Amino acid sequence: MELLFALVIGALTASGVYLLLRARTFPVVMGLTLLSYGVNLFLFATGRLATGQQPVIGTAASYSDPLPQALVLTAIVIGFAMTAFLVVLALRNLADNENDHVDGQQENTPAASKQEQEVTSK
Amino acid sequence: MTHWLIAPILIPLLGGILQVFMGYAPIGLRRTLAITTTVLMLASAVVLLVLASDDSYRIYAFGNWQPPFGIVLVLDRLAALMLVLTAILGLFCHIYASGGADEGNRQFHTLFLFQLMGLNIAFLTGDLFNLFVAFEVLLIASYGLLMHGGGTTRTVPGLHYVVLNLVGSALFLIGVGMIYSATGTLNMADLAVKIPQVSGSNVNLVKAGGMMLLVVFGLKAAILPLCFWLPKAYAKATAPVAALFAVMTKVGIYAIIRVFPLIFGEGAGELANLGMDWLFPLALITLSMGVIGALGANNLKTLVAWQVIISVGTLLAPIALGSEAGLSAALFYLVSTTWTVAALFLVSELVASQRGLAADNIVPAPRMHHRTFLSVLFLIGAVAAGGLPPLSGFFGKLLILQSVEPGVEMAWLWSVLMVGSFFTLIAYSRAGSIVFWRNLDGHVESPAPLNNRVSISTGILTCMTMVIVVLAGPLSDYTRATAEQLHNNSGYINILQTPVHVPQNPIVGEKN
Repeated sequence: MELLFALVIGALTASGVYLLLRARTFPVVMGLTLLSYGVNLFLFATGRLATGQQPVIGTAASYSDPLPQALVLTAIVIGFAMTAFLVVLALRNLADNENDHVDGQQENTPAASKQEQEVTSK
Repeated sequence: MTHWLIAPILIPLLGGILQVFMGYAPIGLRRTLAITTTVLMLASAVVLLVLASDDSYRIYAFGNWQPPFGIVLVLDRLAALMLVLTAILGLFCHIYASGGADEGNRQFHTLFLFQLMGLNIAFLTGDLFNLFVAFEVLLIASYGLLMHGGGTTRTVPGLHYVVLNLVGSALFLIGVGMIYSATGTLNMADLAVKIPQVSGSNVNLVKAGGMMLLVVFGLKAAILPLCFWLPKAYAKATAPVAALFAVMTKVGIYAIIRVFPLIFGEGAGELANLGMDWLFPLALITLSMGVIGALGANNLKTLVAWQVIISVGTLLAPIALGSEAGLSAALFYLVSTTWTVAALFLVSELVASQRGLAADNIVPAPRMHHRTFLSVLFLIGAVAAGGLPPLSGFFGKLLILQSVEPGVEMAWLWSVLMVGSFFTLIAYSRAGSIVFWRNLDGHVESPAPLNNRVSISTGILTCMTMVIVVLAGPLSDYTRATAEQLHNNSGYINILQTPVHVPQNPIVGEKN
């Protein structure tokens, strides 16, 4: 189970970082989502992996560490809020610059739209 | 009395929640309530400063859950100093914002108060995971504030800022997870006890976790390889927001001061002084980079944004050396530079409002209205930021220079700081002389009027540098005591032994 878990975290993180480095807003959002899944699973594993044990003290002889589960829960909630904000911002970026590049413009944008951006920036 | 500890968090929280439901209330009412909240927050911070100045640690355990498992707030001199610093800055930025910058966004005051709440949680918390939560609270408010005021120029820097900080949060969680898996605790005082006992392969795990935390704090503080997002984002933000953000990089520095000497300090065995060898050269390069950026800036706000990076470099260099005198000097300079930089952001905005199309670009333009008032404010700000004698920036830098012991570090720090200050002065004189002296014929036709709130808040924030000079004695005594307290961390560890639970109800106590 440990190997499978490690592989999953590795795959999620690697795909996340790869997508993050694509200079387009949609892959960046997806990349951050995958990265946060990877991180959440990692955080989950910091309390050691165990099956069939409850994270409640006193219900069984041995129990699973409840603290990482609390941490993961917080991290998931925060991650949702952040991702939602990022999606809205990415849409705004698309609307403002008519382009989904993270820098707002591609290197070989037509000259006309570039001039337009300069005018708005002034 | 320990219940006072939660006041700086509760006050902006309640004020902010109130603002959420007041989106359609008259703007005057919203402003009055919001500023009342900020004033109350300042009052509570001052109370905590008085409480903390007796050198003891006070803790507040949420729901009476005992540390190390419950979340605790810890008040010491450093936390109290940062609270007062933020509260004063927040108050003046808020008054400035209520002069008109808060229009066009019904939730501006909500976001502003939540941002202050996030900052206060970060300063008070005694728990690494809660520090992460505080970072997220202040960041999500700052995302909203950064976007405030609209304009298409703000989306791209904002997007970069958000993405970078989300990656930073992911790294923070990984670092926290690594430290937790090796030590089984996240309470800072408990970590200070457990980290020296870490052995075997866990040492490397903790080391990696610690270095990751340093990277994350470095990203917040904008140390060199992680600083390029800052100038664009800060220069594009609305003035009061940019001014409030002046304290955001200081949160990164605060986290470094809080976490590293405590849990990776002298007593941490194999992990002693983790990362500090890296920090010193990086701080000096950051300083140089900031100066180069300031010289190349083509508008006032960008110039001030690079000043933020200069001050980060200046602050981290003495901190990385790990001496008590260095830490004390850095704290003195931190107070001074935060207010100065914030005041300069506000002044730049006022200048921009008087120059029509030229805005705050460093180009000749028609003569502006209120030229004397604005130029005096800019002069005071520039002298304080550059570090010329009569003002507080000079004393801060002098203390930093004095704190280094002779040796290689001294040679490096002295030369970089002196040459850096010289070129900073050149950058300010160039900007100031072009903006204020090189006038084209005529006046700008219809400049925005300066109202009282805007000019008074900018004036007072600028003059805080003189207040620091007048109070230099008490302030430096305070920072010296703070550095002493931070270096002697047995007191902090002792909070674990302090009984938190005081039976409130004697009848329940008897039954037990």
